[in-house]
Amino acid sequence: MGLLSDPNRRRALTNLLTRLNTPICLVCYVAGLAWFMGLAFEPFTLRTYMSENAMGSTMVEERFPAGERALATGREFAAHKRKAGGMPVDWLVKTMQARGLEVYTQQFSRTLPFPDENKERYMVKGTNVYGILRAPRASRTEALVLTASCSEGSGNHQAVGLLLGLAQYFRNQVYWAKDIIFLVNEYDLIGMQAWLEGYHHTNITGMDYTPLQGRGGSIQAALSLELNSDVITSLDLVLEGLNGQLPNLDLANLFYAFCQKIDILCTIQGKLQRSDWDTPSGYTHAAQTMMLMVMKQASGRSWGDHGLFLRYHIEAATIKGINSFRQYKTDATTIGRLLEGMFRKLNNLLERLHQSYFFYLMPSLHHFVSIGYYMPAFGLLAVILLLKALDLWVQLGTPPPGTEDGVAGVEPASSPSVLSILTPLVISHMTGAALYTLPIRSQEMAVEHFPVSETEAVVLTAIAIYTAGLALPHNTHKFLVGEGTDKGWKVLKLVALLYLAVLLGCTALINFSLGFILAVTLVPIAAFVTPHRPKVISTTIMVLLSPGFTLLYCVFIYQELQESPVSLGEGWMLYLSVISQGILDHSLYGSLVYPLLALFVYPCWLLFWNILFWK
Amino acid sequence: MAPRSSIAFLLAFAAALCSLQLCEVSDDLVQTQSEPEPFTEPNQVPVDGTLEKPGEVPPIASYSDPIEESHDDKQWQATEEEAIAKPEPDEEIAPLSNFKDDFKEELVIRPLHSGDIYASFQFRTLWDTDFLQGKRVSHYHLFPKSLGQVISKFSVRELHISFTQGYWRTMQWGQPYLPSPPGAELWVWFQDTVTDVDGAWKELTNVLSGIFCASLNFIDSTNTVHPSASFKPLGLGNDTDPRFLRYAMLPREIVCTENLTPWKKLLPCGTKAGLAVLMKSEKLFHSSFHSEAVHIRPVCQDVDCKAPSWELRQTLNVVFDVHTSGQGKKEWSLFKMFSRTLTEACPLASSSKVYVDVTDNPQGELFELLPASPLLSQAVVLGDRRTYSVYDLTNKDTFGSTRSLNLLVRWKADSGEMVRPLLHSERYVAGFGLQTGEIHTLIYNYHPYRAFPVLLLETVPWYLRLYIHTLTVTSKGKENKPSYIHYQPSKDRLRPHLLEMMVQLPPNSVTEVTVQFERALLKWTEYTPDPNHGFYVGSSVISALVPSMVAMDTNNSQEQPLFSSFFPCKEESSFFVRIYTEPLLVNLPTPDFSMPYNVICLTCTVVAVGYGSFYNLLTRTFQVEEPSPGLAKRLANVIRRWRGVPAL
Repeated sequence: MGLLSDPNRRRALTNLLTRLNTPICLVCYVAGLAWFMGLAFEPFTLRTYMSENAMGSTMVEERFPAGERALATGREFAAHKRKAGGMPVDWLVKTMQARGLEVYTQQFSRTLPFPDENKERYMVKGTNVYGILRAPRASRTEALVLTASCSEGSGNHQAVGLLLGLAQYFRNQVYWAKDIIFLVNEYDLIGMQAWLEGYHHTNITGMDYTPLQGRGGSIQAALSLELNSDVITSLDLVLEGLNGQLPNLDLANLFYAFCQKIDILCTIQGKLQRSDWDTPSGYTHAAQTMMLMVMKQASGRSWGDHGLFLRYHIEAATIKGINSFRQYKTDATTIGRLLEGMFRKLNNLLERLHQSYFFYLMPSLHHFVSIGYYMPAFGLLAVILLLKALDLWVQLGTPPPGTEDGVAGVEPASSPSVLSILTPLVISHMTGAALYTLPIRSQEMAVEHFPVSETEAVVLTAIAIYTAGLALPHNTHKFLVGEGTDKGWKVLKLVALLYLAVLLGCTALINFSLGFILAVTLVPIAAFVTPHRPKVISTTIMVLLSPGFTLLYCVFIYQELQESPVSLGEGWMLYLSVISQGILDHSLYGSLVYPLLALFVYPCWLLFWNILFWK
Repeated sequence: MAPRSSIAFLLAFAAALCSLQLCEVSDDLVQTQSEPEPFTEPNQVPVDGTLEKPGEVPPIASYSDPIEESHDDKQWQATEEEAIAKPEPDEEIAPLSNFKDDFKEELVIRPLHSGDIYASFQFRTLWDTDFLQGKRVSHYHLFPKSLGQVISKFSVRELHISFTQGYWRTMQWGQPYLPSPPGAELWVWFQDTVTDVDGAWKELTNVLSGIFCASLNFIDSTNTVHPSASFKPLGLGNDTDPRFLRYAMLPREIVCTENLTPWKKLLPCGTKAGLAVLMKSEKLFHSSFHSEAVHIRPVCQDVDCKAPSWELRQTLNVVFDVHTSGQGKKEWSLFKMFSRTLTEACPLASSSKVYVDVTDNPQGELFELLPASPLLSQAVVLGDRRTYSVYDLTNKDTFGSTRSLNLLVRWKADSGEMVRPLLHSERYVAGFGLQTGEIHTLIYNYHPYRAFPVLLLETVPWYLRLYIHTLTVTSKGKENKPSYIHYQPSKDRLRPHLLEMMVQLPPNSVTEVTVQFERALLKWTEYTPDPNHGFYVGSSVISALVPSMVAMDTNNSQEQPLFSSFFPCKEESSFFVRIYTEPLLVNLPTPDFSMPYNVICLTCTVVAVGYGSFYNLLTRTFQVEEPSPGLAKRLANVIRRWRGVPAL
């Protein structure tokens, strides 16, 4: 720090930074992107390994024999479900009781803020059924959870059948040290949310539910099972949970280890792991897998029923059966054995899973990028904001060379009034607040006056407010009295730069993917916007790099990565549904992406928009 | 060396005496008797005139505690005694007349509605002596010497200790005969002559730790409380000053064979004869629930209660799971449960019996019991009139031609719905995150029309900081004001929270007691080796006088004479129940104690240093300061100021 205390050296350093500011920023930006893309290159990443001692060294045997019977139970369940026209509660209760479980039910109801058109839900009323297998000689302090959802349309019958089969098999084993809860939840995530809130006696989303009667202590880990097709060729592991939270990496390791042991094809993001990392196609494959993970994580939604467990510090993952039309088929017995093995190892846990990483990206199921490796990519982008801020700070500190000898007007012009900075800040945040609150509140009005459905009304209102926000510079100017100075926009930009840096930094700490995607698009405009650029081009660039458009690109890129590209029209419809899902996720499960974008990121972008139109 | 040799001599003498007088007893008994004793020095604690006034009957309603606990005691004893003192042809004489002691053993088997089997062993040794009368008791016969010495050395009035593995499932199994919380529980009443109760308690826990091979030495001031109302003496004596009571619970204690073996050695016959032959560790621990306990208390010698006698009651409760070991067949026998059969009674026992609860099976439609017993007995146990088939092991006919008794229970029908126990409770931690949380205790009263009060005792370790102002008690959606609250706040690293309160439970209701807490940050050496497992909070204890099932029965008038049934019988109208909730496992904020943790610490230091310099640069202005004037100049200035002359 002596370097900075010495005035001469300090001056030399700042001179260097201000003189070479733009090239350094460019280099940083390119380096950040390159670093990020390099993460998918296998030699740069680590192989996964089991950190948890209790799960690594202890060998367990898998002997689950009754896959066929489980499938039969699944068919029976499907028949009863058809007959009951929903969740066959009585049948489930009876079946679980016959298997020697303590069975309880929970009713819940929830009215969505506006109809969910993807899943055709509005007023949801359902029942969760769960049975607790009490471990012998255990004192109800720890539990494991296995869930399978039962929604009206999708056929998760096999999963329910397998769950019941496993319950029966587990009941006859003597080695359990933790209670095991078998949960069949209706309306997938909504039921799950109700059950978890009931279990932990919280209410964060305004759900109506009946209190739970039976509990098993603190839940250590949970697995959620989704087997939607009759033929299963591979199993996919879904990790991304609410707000981009991930379970401990050891859970993924456990799954991978057992897939290897039992010889099941396993995938992550629906992609197999390849060994040809040194070929371009091998690298592209890994990069695609990683990008998919980044996209999913950035969305902040729960990509399986497991996602809601993570808030309660319960490690959870979803195992999804996939039919990819391969020769190789996996039967129910094998999946049952996989689950048995995983549960036995989880049962051996002495502590909660904590040894391995909580922050990671996976370019394939057997390689991972830890937080130490991916954070520099973000850091390189974030440092641009700081460099620019430093540059501005230095510029504001040294008097402009033209007026150095002229005495008049240096001091009064140099300090722009607080008002001129505060006004754009307040106005853009009010726009953000409007974007956050109005779409849901004004849906009835919109439906009355326009020929749209409620969902469309909400989404279109949001887009309308977003667009209306762009007209703001003309309005803010009316409030400003002594605006127009060069220093005015510089101070505003300095504030905006620091604001954005803090915002992105915090976001990246919690949800790296979201922070990184926002940084990639917002940092260039934040760095280079000034009132003196050519208006038409810079306006176009600003709009194209705004958060709304970022979301649109993400939709297209995601579809591209999923290898199901969409046309522009379809993409647009998808875009609308993604917005509505984001708003729904926020009000149903407490996802934070929508409020973050509406209340902070969008206003921040508006500040830069203001600077562009500074007169 | 002198005391040692004298003890050895005494031991040899005792052994000789035993073998001489009980020549038919096998050698192991002698071994038990002549076990090396845990104390090397003779006990010297003089006890002067501690005995309760002999004329005084156990106190009844003489003190004004909220639940009339004395009444409970009486009830508890009454039911216990009823359960034990069955009509029996007691022609067995005590083996020795000069040792006024008596040993009884008993096994109760109760087929549970869930299909499980509940087996409860009870061994009672009664000795008409007084450990506290000043003179040293050195000749032991049936009463284990190790415990006798403990009683006299520490002036213990009552001692109750239990080791339990598993949680008693009240909703499936009903009430246990003797409740116990998961882990270890110890509560002791000291004589009121003990001056340093805490010291005696500390030493006692360490001694008991050695006797029972348990981690009782982890009992210290941070988990010891003295409850004011929940635990009253069960035996003779009217002093209920909680200063002489110590109560501790170790919810994390794992109970296994090493605890069972010393427990078995306390029995007069060991495991060589009598009911104790059934105690094979690998079977007893292959069960859903396992609990062993030792209760010592003074009781009346006879009706007049002129002198006390000491009762040692050893109990072992096991619940066997029909599912996991029955291979689907619903059939049970002593051999299947214990891999042994009964062949003889303990020769030292004055009574040795096996009871099988056949209340739910009057016509044999639910299960078949082989061999059938001609002897039936009835007793009111836990407020319910039960019928038992009795097998008297002292009777040769019991064993039949095979010379062994192998009771067999064969289920015929699926067991029906069980009657819900009237009192049930549940406990859990609500909320998420590592900062705060909320402890919920739910108490269910399933009685259709009667309200009754319960005493709730919660002991919470200090590292959960209770916000006592958030304590709420609600029943049926309304606030339920406790009529008695005793709260002792915790002191960090010294003592736990103690919360005792009496709540009236409305009929057919759920009463919810909630209190919020904050999780404390421990010092880094205070974490256990497995901090991510969580920290245990012991069970809360609910003591209640529950209206009895018998009194609830509305059509019992048909069998009994009319004149007997108008007013509810006092003895049977309610019974004392103590239930324990499940312990809690709470996660505290935990550093990860690993390399990244160190890295974070290091980085934070570097950042702090860097931040400091940056902050200096940004906020301070640097200017050259004049060197401070010398001492002489300053002195001169002081003087000049005095004189009113401008300074130099």
